[in-house]
Amino acid sequence: MAKDFLKDCRDEYDVVVIGSGLAGLTAANTLAKQGRSVLLLEQHYQLGGMATWFKRQNGHIFDISLHGFPIGMIKSCRRYWTREIADSIVQLKHIRFDNPMFSLTTTFDREDFTRQLVQRFGVTPENVVAFFDAARALNFYDEREQTTGQFFQKFFPGREDVIRLLMEPITYANGSTLEDPAVSYGIVFSNFMSKGVFTFEGGTDRLIGLMKDELARNGVDVRIRADVQKVLVRRGRIEGVVVNGREIKSRVVVSNANLRSTIFKLVGEEHFDRTFVDEAKAVRLNNSSCQVYIALKPGEQIDESCGDLLFSSTAPKFQTEALLSRDVTSRTYSFYYPRTRPGSDRCLVVSSTNANYADWSTLSEPDYEASKADLIETTLAALEKYVPNLREKIDHIEASTPKTFEFYTRHIDGASFGTKFEGLAVSRAVPQQIAGLYHSGSVGIIMSGWLGAVNYGVITANDVDAFLSGTERPADAALSL
Amino acid sequence: MTKDDIKETILDILSDIAPDDDLSTLKDEIAFREQLQLDSMDFLDIVMELRKRYRVQIPEEDYPHLRSMQSTVDYLEPRMRDLQKV
Repeated sequence: MAKDFLKDCRDEYDVVVIGSGLAGLTAANTLAKQGRSVLLLEQHYQLGGMATWFKRQNGHIFDISLHGFPIGMIKSCRRYWTREIADSIVQLKHIRFDNPMFSLTTTFDREDFTRQLVQRFGVTPENVVAFFDAARALNFYDEREQTTGQFFQKFFPGREDVIRLLMEPITYANGSTLEDPAVSYGIVFSNFMSKGVFTFEGGTDRLIGLMKDELARNGVDVRIRADVQKVLVRRGRIEGVVVNGREIKSRVVVSNANLRSTIFKLVGEEHFDRTFVDEAKAVRLNNSSCQVYIALKPGEQIDESCGDLLFSSTAPKFQTEALLSRDVTSRTYSFYYPRTRPGSDRCLVVSSTNANYADWSTLSEPDYEASKADLIETTLAALEKYVPNLREKIDHIEASTPKTFEFYTRHIDGASFGTKFEGLAVSRAVPQQIAGLYHSGSVGIIMSGWLGAVNYGVITANDVDAFLSGTERPADAALSL
Repeated sequence: MTKDDIKETILDILSDIAPDDDLSTLKDEIAFREQLQLDSMDFLDIVMELRKRYRVQIPEEDYPHLRSMQSTVDYLEPRMRDLQKV
């Protein structure tokens, strides 16, 4: 008989969380700390969602999305997780750019960007200050017509090189483009490019392991290989879920699945207003990614002057279309030196490029395999420029495509950065449609990336706690008599 | 709870949220944001902590009332006056 991944599950919980990405994990943990009974269901065999890793022969561990989150992660981990997690966050100090317009290394903070913009790019200090202040002042409630491209033109008209410097890392971090609203850029830029970028010492596996321990301490019932088929709704209220064929009751469901999967697959559009359904259908998914994973032989080193993150491109100009094209010209390399996992002797490189799902999903099997082989070969050819004798040092190499992301995360079209801007309003409006249904996950660019996901988990947990407290009115009323 | 009790509660919550800030010089009528390094997650933490301690519900549309100590206490007083300080 197949193993029962729901063995000893209770028949009812206050809250069921679907999906264990960072938003799902954090919502589950926060709600458990608020005294709620929580069941966390993950379809995959390990927790973390896109905050994930995989192991290969000879003890290599590849991280998918570890390098490069903002400083705010320290505070959020300290407050919503543990001191130990927060204390393991360390800065990546060598962020490097190399493209036909410029080559430079930066500590990726406001001070250093200002210095480089003034000295190297010849921008006036007043203009730099004005730009940073304006980016910070962009408000979520302000007009949303202005695009990021237009915003840049105000401060740096015709300066494609400056725009490239200020935009390329954000595109890597959350898939946003010059055509997205300026407000989403402003918020992410202010979080991301003012106080450096950070990583987690010990790797993604250690982070998720520590989170799992904390969930256990707080009494969250965590289940892997638990595939939710349906969210149960009756008369506009949540009744529970069907998972691995079994019905489990709850007053609240928090979905950390992709926004559109939640509405159209798990719940079903018949439970929502016509207008809401139209808005949800209009939400554009963000693009997907290709990655190439390279492990060097045990003990083989890469010189740390390569940097921690390297934004490399051979494209003469910075363009959204070029970034997504299968004719790859831009790659971001994450260099994982042995210090990523103290005690390890391994150097690994993960090359990431943004990609369109349609370019990969329509290929025949032989064409798909050939394209993957080509992706690996062209990546090696490009990386050799930075790592001499690379091919002799390699122990293991493989590639992932939008199809791979789709397979493991079940995100529609393998979306690796959630949805575009309009997804946030739809995600936030879900509870007004069905009492007890909440969505928390990568949406609207702002709630994207590791920090955005953690914080959105807390925001949703707060809404859920308020909802559950509100349904306990009798006790409340007694208090105020 | 009196207005002073409420203020004391807010200060206690703030001392957890902004452990590196000196709260003794905080001016009641000036916005928190102008005096402390608070972001929107910090304000959410105030809301969550008040609900946890006193079961006070602050809907999202009322968050602007948490602008300064003065406006926060004025907003909370009718909602907390019948509660006992913990």
